[in-house]
Formats: sequence, structure tokens, C-alpha cells
Amino acid sequence: MKNKYSIFSLVKNAFSYHENWEKAWKDPTPKKEYDVVIIGGGGHGLATAYYLAKKHGMKNIAVVEKGWIGGGNTGRNTTIIRSNYLWDASAGLYDHALKIWENLSTELNYNVMFSQRGVMNLAHNLQDVRDLKRRTHANRLNGIDSVYLTTDEVKKFCPIINTSQKIRYPVLGGTLQKRAGTARHDAVAWGYARGADEMGVDIIQNCEVKGIKRTFDSVEGIETTRGFIKTRKIGVVAAGHSSVIASMVGLRLPLESKPLQALVSEPVKPIIDTVVMSNAVHAYISQSDKGELVIGAGTDDYVSYTQKGSHDIIEGTLNAILELYPIFSRMRMLRQWGGIVDICPDASPIISKTSIKGLYFNCGWGTGGFKATPGSGDLFAHTIANDEPHKLNAAFNLNRFVSGDLVDEHGAAAVAH
Amino acid sequence: MFLINCPFCGEREQSEFKAGGEAHILRPKQPTELSDDEWAEYLFMRKNIKGIQFERWNHSHGCRKWFNVIRDTSNDQIKAVYKMGQKPPAI
Repeated sequence: MKNKYSIFSLVKNAFSYHENWEKAWKDPTPKKEYDVVIIGGGGHGLATAYYLAKKHGMKNIAVVEKGWIGGGNTGRNTTIIRSNYLWDASAGLYDHALKIWENLSTELNYNVMFSQRGVMNLAHNLQDVRDLKRRTHANRLNGIDSVYLTTDEVKKFCPIINTSQKIRYPVLGGTLQKRAGTARHDAVAWGYARGADEMGVDIIQNCEVKGIKRTFDSVEGIETTRGFIKTRKIGVVAAGHSSVIASMVGLRLPLESKPLQALVSEPVKPIIDTVVMSNAVHAYISQSDKGELVIGAGTDDYVSYTQKGSHDIIEGTLNAILELYPIFSRMRMLRQWGGIVDICPDASPIISKTSIKGLYFNCGWGTGGFKATPGSGDLFAHTIANDEPHKLNAAFNLNRFVSGDLVDEHGAAAVAH
Repeated sequence: MFLINCPFCGEREQSEFKAGGEAHILRPKQPTELSDDEWAEYLFMRKNIKGIQFERWNHSHGCRKWFNVIRDTSNDQIKAVYKMGQKPPAI
């Protein structure tokens, strides 16, 4: 049993200069065999292991991670959490995640700094206005809080936005989801890692998967840089590298991996207390608790695994930011980075069994996976433990690309992809 | 960000081009006889390779012609460029 984090443990550890905190997770040597191995130690993978142990009573679980936990897209996103998706299947999935977020810090005894500061989506042309109104109605029919705002209401909610109707893409209106917001991305990975470790999950870092051993129709184990690990069930949560893992068993996935960029500015005093997204001009902005402006840009249109991205993408985003927020014209950017996002043709994820027994994929989250972390882990754990999907992720199976029953959220979800 | 040597215009910045995805995916000769599985393979399934990839590009802000590129997706280095209909050069 781990020591509970609280104000008292903080005070107690202050007396020893915070040098005697117990390790939040161990650094185990891989065992010879596990009941389940999760490939990928990001938020989704760690959450999957956590819920497998917590809700499905599995004891012998490993998470293998080629680098360090939370070092991939979990540590590279703009931390936006919302559930205002158009289609019923997506609304169910993302709102399931949002409901878990609301109590996650308490559940994990780890402050994930979930902040329901609201997410506003802006409309910049007539089609945006129609789409956002339609989506607001769809959201409310699905029990998701969502309101449509006029230009004046947008200005009132976020006064620094330039609502002049003379700019190239004027603000014609917007939507607001008040339950939406942000969280601390690293804390999510660390909180789930600590919780999973406490229940006996082995978190094995610096362990890259090199191959998957299989018989004709089922899996037998994985070859890693730290030796062979025997297992009958493998959950792949490898984000941008999902296709690389799939190719080890000769599978192809409907994915393309592309760089997605974000950047942060120098820290300044509080200036924007919400999240504002504009899909038409491709600019997302919020402010971190440290005071940095967190800006999300778009993807490059070519496949690449470089974790970089093109300068012209950032230029386009910053042009839009400056037109909408002239107040930021003299801000300096501190850091820029790229993550490799695995994009599905319908911009919806895959949480699914495969044609190979014991091999499961959780991928295709594309540009918007962070918000779904807790729900994704919960539903993927259910899928692995029961060898069949939960009703909330049934629509997100791999077979939809054969049946044609796609969950088309491209553009429809009020987010540029 | 990288430079692409358009076979018609010469070397230009990547931002002048539009990526057209995986190359050499043949359009089915008898579309009416394809099963749903075969359609899914043709329409959606991609190799999405980390390493040497054969792909199509369009010089959308230049000559607007399509051509093929061989590129290493792990470091964005271009190995070869060749025209549509040509056999890929050995690399």
C-alpha cells in the first residue's frame, strides 16, 4: 500500500527536505510471462493497465514502453478536454471520458489539475455557424452541455478576442462547453502509473518491442530489447507507431502517421481563462498554470515519424492567432515540438479486437486523443478482459472499414484535423 | 520541412507541394467483383511505413503535375524522385 498523498504527507516530508518520498512506481525486471502485456506506456496504455487491474481483477500485467512513460503524445499535446462531438457514438465515448476526468484526482489520489474552464469553438463563416448550431443541438440531445454564442457573447466570455467584422475571418459566433477544460498531461500518466503499480502492474521502461511471436491465429509473446516475454494477450496502444507494431504480424491498419505541432510562449500573467479553438483558421489557444500560452497548430499532410513538423504550419497558425488576438503581437515563443499522430480516414479512433486472437488495438486517436485518456483506458481494458467490446466502443471496431459504418468526425466535431 | 526536387521545375520547398499518400496502389480492374474486404484494403488500409516509403506528390503551387517520391519517413530524407508511370529506381 502506498502512502496517501495529502496536506499532512506534504508537511511531514518537508521536515526531511522532500528527499524521502517513496517512489511512485518501481523499476521492475520483466518477468518471463504475463497474462496481459500492454505495448505503450502513455496515458492510454497506463490507464488500460490500471483499469484491467482495478475493474477486471487481473493481477499479472505488464506495460512495456520503449522510452519513458508519458514521453510520447501524452507529453506533447495541448491538454484540451471536451466531449462536444457530433455523432452519438463519439458523444458516448468522449463524455464517458469526461465523466471520469471529473473525479480522477480523487480516484487516483493524484492531482491531475483538471480544470473545467470551458472550451469555446469559434465560427468564422456561414457554414461554420450552421455546423456549430447543428452540433449544439446534437450535443444537447445526447445530454452534453453545449450552448451557442453570438459574437457579442463570445466577446463577453473572452474579452481579448478581436470581434471586428472587418478582419479576414471574422468571428460570427461560437459554441461553449462549460464542463470542458484542461488537465496536466504528465500528471495523468504519472497518476495512472502510480495507481497501476500499487495494484502490482509491472511498468517496464526502456523496453522496445522488436517483434511479436504468433501461431497461425493467436499471439504467444513479444520480442523486446530486454528479452522475450510470453503472453496470450497483447494490447497495443502505440499511437503514431501503431502501424509499425501491426506490420510485425503482417497486419495493415487504416492509419497515416503525421507530425502535429504545438508551441508555448514565455510565461505571462493570467490573460485568457478558457480554451478557444478555431477550426476554420486552425488556431487553438489556452494558458497553462505556469502562464505560458499553449498554442496548437495543424498536422503536416505527409507521413513522417520525425516528431518535427514544418515551419509554414506554425506560421499559418500564428497568423490566425495574431488576427484574433492582436494583444499577443509581441509575445515570444519559447518552445515548439511535434508529436506523431495516427489518423484514421474517418477521424475516429479504433478500440478493437483484430483477426488474430489475443491481439487488440487502441489507436487512430489522431489529433485528439488526450481528452479521451481515462475513457479509452477503461473501455480498452473491458475489451481485452472480456474479449468483446463495451457498448460504448462497439462502434469503434476495426471492421467498420469493411462494413462502411464509419463514424465520420472529420470537421463535424468542430475541430480541424 | 524539406526540399523536393520536382522533375519538371527543379528543387522547391515542401510547402509548395501537396502530399498524395502511398504510391503504386492500383485501382481495381473489376470494381464490381470486389468483396467488402478487398474494397477496405484498397480504400483504407495503408502500409504507413516508418522507413523507406514510396509516395505520390503534387506540385500544387507550381506546375501542378503529379510525380513519385521515395522518402525515408523516419528522417524525411528523399532518396529518389521519378515521374508517373516510370518504374521506381533501385535505391
